[in-house]
Formats: sequence, C-alpha cells, structure tokens
Amino acid sequence: MNIPSAGPRRHYLNAGYGVRSWLLTTDHKRIAWLYLLSITFFFVIGGAFATLMRIELLTPQGDLVQAETYNRLFTMHGVTMIFFFLIPSIPAVLGNFLVPLMIGARDLAFPRLNLASWYVFILGGAFTLIAAAAGGVDTGWTFYTPYSSRYSNSQVVLTVVGIFITGFSSILTGLNFLVTIHKMRAPGMTWFRLPLFIWSHYATSIIFILGTPVIAITLVLVGLERIFSLGIFDPARGGDPLLFQHLFWFYSHPAVYIMILPAMGVVSEVIACFARKRIFGYSFVAFASLAIAVLGFLVWAHHMFVSGQSVYASMVFSLLSFFVAIPSAIKVFNWTATLYKGSIAFDAPMLYALGFIGLFTIGGLTGLFLATLGIDVHVHDTYFVIAHFHYIMVGGAVMGYLGGIHFWWPKMTGRTYPEGWAKLAALIVFVGFNLTFFPQFILGYLGMPRRYHAYPPEFQVLNVMSTAGASVLALGYLIPIIYLTWSLRYGRIAGTNPWMAKGLEWETHSQPHSANFDAQPIVREEAYAYSGEERGDLQPLGKPVDV
Amino acid sequence: MWENLPLFPQQASTLAPRVDALYFFLILVSVFFAGLIFVLIFYFAVKYRRRSDADQPRAIEGSIPLEIVWTVVPFALTLVMFGWGAWLFAEIHTPPRDALEINVVGKQWMWKIQHPNGQQEINELHVPVGQAVKLLMTSEDVIHDFFVPAFRVKSDVLPGRYTQIWFHATKPGEYRFFCSQYCGTQHSGMIGRVIVMEIPDFQNWLSGGAAGVSTAQLGEKLFESLGCVSCHRPGGAVQAPSLAGLVGKPVKLEGGKTITADESYIRESILDPRAKIVAGYQPVMPSYKGSISEDGIMQIIAYLKTFNPQEGEARRP
Repeated sequence: MNIPSAGPRRHYLNAGYGVRSWLLTTDHKRIAWLYLLSITFFFVIGGAFATLMRIELLTPQGDLVQAETYNRLFTMHGVTMIFFFLIPSIPAVLGNFLVPLMIGARDLAFPRLNLASWYVFILGGAFTLIAAAAGGVDTGWTFYTPYSSRYSNSQVVLTVVGIFITGFSSILTGLNFLVTIHKMRAPGMTWFRLPLFIWSHYATSIIFILGTPVIAITLVLVGLERIFSLGIFDPARGGDPLLFQHLFWFYSHPAVYIMILPAMGVVSEVIACFARKRIFGYSFVAFASLAIAVLGFLVWAHHMFVSGQSVYASMVFSLLSFFVAIPSAIKVFNWTATLYKGSIAFDAPMLYALGFIGLFTIGGLTGLFLATLGIDVHVHDTYFVIAHFHYIMVGGAVMGYLGGIHFWWPKMTGRTYPEGWAKLAALIVFVGFNLTFFPQFILGYLGMPRRYHAYPPEFQVLNVMSTAGASVLALGYLIPIIYLTWSLRYGRIAGTNPWMAKGLEWETHSQPHSANFDAQPIVREEAYAYSGEERGDLQPLGKPVDV
Repeated sequence: MWENLPLFPQQASTLAPRVDALYFFLILVSVFFAGLIFVLIFYFAVKYRRRSDADQPRAIEGSIPLEIVWTVVPFALTLVMFGWGAWLFAEIHTPPRDALEINVVGKQWMWKIQHPNGQQEINELHVPVGQAVKLLMTSEDVIHDFFVPAFRVKSDVLPGRYTQIWFHATKPGEYRFFCSQYCGTQHSGMIGRVIVMEIPDFQNWLSGGAAGVSTAQLGEKLFESLGCVSCHRPGGAVQAPSLAGLVGKPVKLEGGKTITADESYIRESILDPRAKIVAGYQPVMPSYKGSISEDGIMQIIAYLKTFNPQEGEARRP
C-alpha cells in the first residue's frame, strides 16, 4: 500500500514549496504546521516570562526586577500561555491534522475558513505582542475590575483587543470541527466507532462556540469602560465589579476544559495503542467528555467563594463543582483498567500518557480541596491554586500535547525521532514538573499569596526548590525541540504505521498526500480493534483518487 | 532545617484546627485514590509489559458493575466533603452577636484599621485573645483581600460594599496578614501583622492611644456637621425615616420589597439615596458622594448602631 514508486512520492509536504504554498494553503495538515510553529513561538515567549519570575522568586526580596516589571511578567505569562499556547495547542495543531484523517475525510468542512482562523489567530497574537513591546499589561490574566478598567497604567486595551480577535479563531475552529464530525465521517464510521480523540474534540468545540463569545464581549466591556469611563464594572461609577468576575469565569472556567479535554483524547489514543487494548468502558469515557463540557459551564462561581458573593450561591457552586469531578475520575479509572491484561510498551508517547494520568490525578484531587468551601477560604488566591492549575494545565494539557506530538510525529513528518532522547526528555519533564509545582501546594497552605513580587523569608526554601525544579523542567522542554527539529532531516523513515496502531490515520501514507487517502475508506470495525478478532476488516486502500 | 521548611501554618484561631481537620481528611482520601491509581498502573505496567512484538491481548469491553462502583463511591465521598466544607463555611459567615467590631479600610497599598474606641492603626491589627472579633471591611479603590493564614480566614475587600470576616484568636502572638487579591504595583507590600494580646494587655494598649473620642462619637459629630440630624430626627424640618435601631432591621421599600438594613444598605443610602426609597417617603435626600470618606461612613454606621431601639434617642457608648 505504501510502495515508493520511481521518484519521490507526492505528499502534503512536497505538494508545493515556497512561501505562497504555505501562507495560502487550505490543506488542514499544512495549517496544522502553521499553528505548530506559531504556538511554539508563543510557548517560548511565555516560558521566558516564567523563567524570569522563578529567578526573581529565588530570594524573598524583590531584587531582580521591580514590582512593576514582575506584575507584567506574570500577566504576560498567563495571557500568552493560556490564550496563545494552551487553548490552541492540541485542537489547532493535532486536531487540525487528525480530525479529518481519523474520520476518513479529505479535509475539514471549511478549508478556507480554517486558514482564516489561523490568520485571525496571528492578528490577535500580533496585537498582544505589540502590547507587550509597548510596556506590557499588569492586571493579571484575569483582568479583574475596577483595577483593569480604571486604575492600571498599562496596555490593557491593546491586550484585550488581541484576546478578543483571537477568540474568533477558536470559534471558527470549533465550528469547523463540529460540522466536519457531523457531516464528513467515512461510510461505516458511526458515532460509537469514533476514536475518543474525536469525542473529546467534539466536546471542546461545543465549549469553543458557547463560551468564547462571552469572554469576548466581557473584555470589550472592560475596554469600553476604560476608554469612555462607562459605569459597567466600576462601583465608583455605579458598576458592579462582581459582574465582571461572573462573566469572566463563565468562559474562563470552561476554558480549563478546552485545555484538558483534547489532552484526554490524546491519552486515550496513546494508551490504547501501547497497551494494545480497546479503551475500557469506551462509551463511559466518550460520555464523560460531554458531561465535562456541559457541567463545566455550571461551576464558574467556584472562583468567587471569597469574593463577597452570596453564601447560598457559593454552596450551590461548590456542590456542582464536585459533580464535575466525577466524569474526570471515571476517565482515570477507565484508563487504568485499560492496562489490565494488555501488552504494554513504554515508548515515549506512552511515558507522557502515563505521566499525564499521574499528574492529572494529583491535579484533579487537589481540585476537590478548592471545591470544598471551608478549605477554599484558606487556600484561595494562594500558591495552592497556582500548583493545582499547573498540575492540570502543564502536568495535564502540556504532557498530553507532547505525548500527542511524539505519537503522531511519524505521521506528520514521515520520520521517527531518537527514542532514547525522547524517553529521557519525558522523564526529565516529569521530575522537573513535580519539583517545580509540588512545593507550591505546601507554600499555598502555609499562606503564601499568589502574584507576590516579594515574600516573607519563611517561604524561601520551598521557593528555591520550585525554581530549581523549573530549571529542570526547562531543560526537559528544550531537548524535544532539538531532537524533533533534527529528526525532520535525519530521522529514520517511519513507514505507514510504526506503532502498529489502529485508526484510519494509520492506514494512509506517512506523510499523507494532500487528499489524505488513496480511496474513500470504509469502516467495518469498532475503534481500537487491537485484539485479533476483528482484524482485517478495514477496507484496503483502493485506487488512488485524483489529487 | 525544619524551622526553615515549615509544612503547616500555625493554628491561632478556633477555626484553624477545624479547617485543618477537614484538610487532613481530604489529604487522606487523595492519598488513598492517588496511591490506588499509581499502584495499579505500576503493577499492570510490570505484569503486563510487552514480552513479544506479536503479543495480541484479548479485548475487554468494559464492566458495568465496575463503572457503577467507581462512579458511586467517589460521588458519595465528594458529598461528605461538600457537606463538611459547607458546614464550616456557614460558620465562617456567622459571626457571634457579641463580636468586637473593628473597621478596616483597604487602599492602594495600605490597611487602615479603626477600633470602636477610636484608636486607629495602619498595617497592624491588635486584637484580644479569647474573644470573637469581627472585621467590617471596604476598599477605597480596587479589590483587595484581607487574609490571615494563622486564622484560616480571608475575604475580598471590595470598593462600593462591605464584606466581613470574623475570628476568635486562641494564642497570643504575632501573625502575618496579607492582601491576597492582586491590587496593583505594591500588592506584595500590602501586608501587616495581627497582634493577639491577653485581654488586660489589650485594654492597656487600647487606652494607651491618644484617641479619647470613640468611633461612634466621631460618627455622631459627622451626623451633626453634615446636617443628617436636621431631617433624621423626630420633628425635624423635613420628614425623613427614623434611624432609631435601624441597623439589622427590615425596611419596607417603595414598590413593596423588603430588605434588611445592613451596613452596605446604609452606605448606599448615604452615597446614592435614590437607589432604594423607603416606602412612604419622598426621594428628597441629596447624595453625600464626595463629601464623606469611607472611614467617615463607617463612623456614622458605628454611631447608628448605638441608637437605643426603644427610645429612639442616641445613647452615648
């Protein structure tokens, strides 16, 4: 099926050269690369901000940078990492590349809209970079009013315009995925034969479409209040600062699920492949994604237990927050059970996936502490919260992203990377991550507030540990950037299916050609048919379609 | 080494050990479940490691009973966490009636504190041990947050409304308090000390101040100098609602709604009198926005709290 004919085989990467062939492409696989490069750029910038912060926090006094600078660093770190790295990471790179391949489609439903999404993303990113170059913004990524709308002397308007614009990229991508998954599945690809990666992207797309407009309009209101001195959120002008928090978290809590659901999808694919087992309780895992997407919209005010909101509202939101923990727990149990009586290999993607389960479990369990009212009063706005969400977003989402990149790298590039280096990097990331963020749980319970440029001396030992861990973590992120780049030219040729994985994307060439499949695939088996029973039912790839 | 590496904060309030008990319960549950998952993953990873590239394990579809177990058991446990946490939370929000009331005003970047006897301090809060203390708090600019880790309490401090916390300190000593809601450039400098003293020492400290005039008396002076007294007095020139025993009582508004006259309501009525009109009265009161400070409003509220509900007359504290 993958026999090289005379001359190099035509595939999506050599289908065209030159800047125009990339900047005007409508091929979802090429657009995935555009996103991959852009978000890697933002990741490096956001990481640089974090590095400076961690070095500042080595000593209790604020001695490396001034308070004003420090406040800009943590704000820009949050804005860059959340809106320009984590939210687009898996959906816009791996989702873009894989959604059509996994369901047996030629492309996304709206290829030109897909390219437009990337341009919108870049435009928003440009605004945010200009804001950073013009002095940055110091409100925290949460933009709490009335500080952001009246008191801050930084580039609030430019930054919120950037985030507003980027939001449309999310909305359009979500729309594209939803339509594609509904309308373009290959014959035989029923809903319950979809890979769980697709289910999680379906759930993510729902949040993209329903949540993003709310943050967009909220940030516009902040900008308007700032420019025209309206009284929307500023109590001195008759506004309500808590209204801002409600609107902000109505999006920004579900946004956490935008970041984690796709990573859960990756983990399901990787675990199934490297345990050679169908995911235990497939339909429970699939519905858990939808349950998280729906319940995720009903828990936003758990960010506001000490904000002065009504005690009864806090109680209702606390209870609902516990509900949303259940589907996450179900997923973890099912992944673990998938390993039972499997045939488990420890290639790099699997190390990332197992690391994900460990870190996500800790992140999820510490979420219960924050949902518990009596404890949240103490740990709210402390380093406990910082540690918790980094366990979810870095330990969860970034581990998932790296695992996914390693898993599908052979498909994307046609080449494999040096496995030893990859395993080493996965290990370094895991150790570095825990050393960075576990001490922060203790710091938080001790009472160290977040967003502190200087801190009392009794917190120093734990902060030094955290900074030491951060340097290990940085090394762990640097190594893959080097060997993955190296592999583009020098990596071994991967072949169609180097992992012996199941799924339509592994049935076509590595790299796929522009139309993805030689012939319309027809699906005759369940997802993850790793056991021999259903083997050989996939339609062999037939005569090539017109490219 | 251990004095440099504390793992738990001091317990210095009646609430602290109770919050810690719940914290330990959650740690116990977390360690159990995380341990269960980690042990299972390691065990499966070793026992079922791939021995040959041709391994082809049999498919296992899933198990409904298992799914039910690992849905219901965590669910039940989270309900326990919820109930326990909500019970503590309700207490955190129910100050005892006899609590000593202290006013706190946050501004970029300092804390102003005023005791009932008029004693004022900045970034320090002296309180007696063994007695409930309630802080009535507001902000002059952005949102701040008053956080005392050793007492396990915090609350945001908002402009335009009052929030409160209360605590019952159990050990004399000095404890840090922090602003824990990001409030601008010097956020990390907006910190201070709570100084918990034995009651006699506290009394000494209070009388050592040069105050002489209590907060309520300051409020009474404002009440007169701003002219509130000319209307809000039986037989005044303009008919206005009586303020006798108002604080904490229900008030019937124009339109039939009834609200409780809490501190935030009184503050709003001073700054924006037309926001809530008392049933049966004309909206003739002017706004005092700009002519009274947050501290001043708190002093007037302290004064109003001294009214004797029976006689409708001011009583000197």
